[in-house]
Amino acid sequence: MQTTVEAASLDVEGVELAFGSNKVLRGVDLAVPAGRTACVIGPSGSGKSTLLRAINRLLEPDAGDVRLAGESVLRSNPDELRRRIGMVFQHFNLFPHKTVLENITLPLRKIKKLGPDEARTAALAQLELVGLGNKAAARPGTLSGGQQQRVAIARALAMKPEVMLFDEATSALDPELVKGVLGLMADLAQAGMTMVVVTHEMGFAREVADQVAFMDHGVVVESGVPEQLFTAAESPRLRLFLSQVL
Amino acid sequence: MDIWSTLNDTFLDWGSMKEVLPEMLKVGLLNTLVLAASSVVLGTLLGMVVAVMALSRKRWLRWPAKIYTDVFRGLPAILTILLIGQGLSPITRHWWGPNPYPLGILALSLIAAAYIGEIFRSGIQSVEKGQLEAARALGFTYPAGMRLVVIPQGVRRVLPALVNQFIALVKESSLVYFLGLLASQRELFRIGQDAAATNGNLSPLLLAGIFYLVITVPLTHLVNHFDKRLREGRPTDESRADDVVREELAHADHR
Ligand SMILES: Nc1ncnc2c1ncn2[C@@H]1O[C@H](COP(=O)(O)OP(=O)(O)OP(=O)(O)O)[C@@H](O)[C@H]1O
Ligand SMILES: [Mg+2]
Repeated sequence: MQTTVEAASLDVEGVELAFGSNKVLRGVDLAVPAGRTACVIGPSGSGKSTLLRAINRLLEPDAGDVRLAGESVLRSNPDELRRRIGMVFQHFNLFPHKTVLENITLPLRKIKKLGPDEARTAALAQLELVGLGNKAAARPGTLSGGQQQRVAIARALAMKPEVMLFDEATSALDPELVKGVLGLMADLAQAGMTMVVVTHEMGFAREVADQVAFMDHGVVVESGVPEQLFTAAESPRLRLFLSQVL
Repeated sequence: MDIWSTLNDTFLDWGSMKEVLPEMLKVGLLNTLVLAASSVVLGTLLGMVVAVMALSRKRWLRWPAKIYTDVFRGLPAILTILLIGQGLSPITRHWWGPNPYPLGILALSLIAAAYIGEIFRSGIQSVEKGQLEAARALGFTYPAGMRLVVIPQGVRRVLPALVNQFIALVKESSLVYFLGLLASQRELFRIGQDAAATNGNLSPLLLAGIFYLVITVPLTHLVNHFDKRLREGRPTDESRADDVVREELAHADHR
């Protein structure tokens, strides 16, 4: 798919984050080398979404550090940081008042300051790559969930991010549409993007991930290559979790 | 006494209507439209400022907006118009003479801004949190995300309420007559009232009423149009849903 991926490494070190007295992240560690894919699994409420939001500073960590290509993200301007990190949400969050094409050109024009023609060309190329070149003029609301999520992925990729974060990107999709989106994500991993994928799709984690991290109660309880994690889980909590989801 | 002929004399005196018609068109309608349109524009701009302040995370912006809204929504319009229109006129007289229009427009706009601010605020607040989050995740600053993504959606949702507010303004514009108008400054209501007094019947006022309806009824229909479009969404092609699934499957197979 995407031919030019310039991916960076991502290191999460001892990140803590609390909502009031509710300590949601309690020292999370996760190291993703450039071009690799880490899947994060774990029960509901364990802090997976919060972790992704702490990485791109949609939420500010209380302690710990996040390094992008070796440099602490806490020192850079959060708005500029987020331009380097793409994020895909469970509910797509496309802008419904814009067309599919405009969803992609808006950030290209306003943030990357591309001219109208340049932005249009880049956006169309990205749409082609996710197989939706023919939907450029449509409103997001007229697309299927799977198509909307592919547009959301295209929108994030058009910004040429160095890391992609996926927060349960297929959880809101009808079963028959899941495969297309997972396939696109697998292609992206193959193309060398650095990815952190929060998912309930154990098949995807097993086949695509370079490493899998199991989160529970705000910490990474266990992590490793998928084969090891799925067949030889050490912690009882992970074994219990796997017995429930597999 | 013949009820019908009494009513007829009071309301349907064609002669006095015809007599006042040119003035109503050339002076009254024009002045009402000027008053209403200027207040709509100024009130909408001010209302947007009030809404953005009310939604701010900073208390020193939120509080003034809240107090402003409470005060201007809580006072009778006529009282606000008199306080501002007469109270400030000794000061503004130096700039534009005794013309009551600028202050009248200011008062109408200040009142409208309180209502319009609340309308915008509720619309903007109804936009899903994920929209701003997605905008920020792409790298938009908070102000840019609000301006380009959240506010346009919020405003669309409250268009019906907004047009209702415009209708109220058209009607309330008649209240500036309390500020005292020169002959050339009279709006629809005042011209109707003056002519009614001279002719000794209410037909000219009825004619003024018709002119108000000519302005407001199309606006009412505009509200209904927006309302309907919001409720039904944009028309979609039923058959396309099937195509979508087929195409999606083809896409999946092809890997
Ligand atoms: N904005 C917030 N304000 C307060 N508490 C929050 C907020 N976001 C999340 N939380 C709390 O943080 C905890 C972890 O939430 P989080 O969404 O990170 O879990 P998750 O692992 O993504 O769960 P799920 O699998 O259900 O998506 C929960 O207890 C939740 O109530
Ligand atoms: Mg979550």
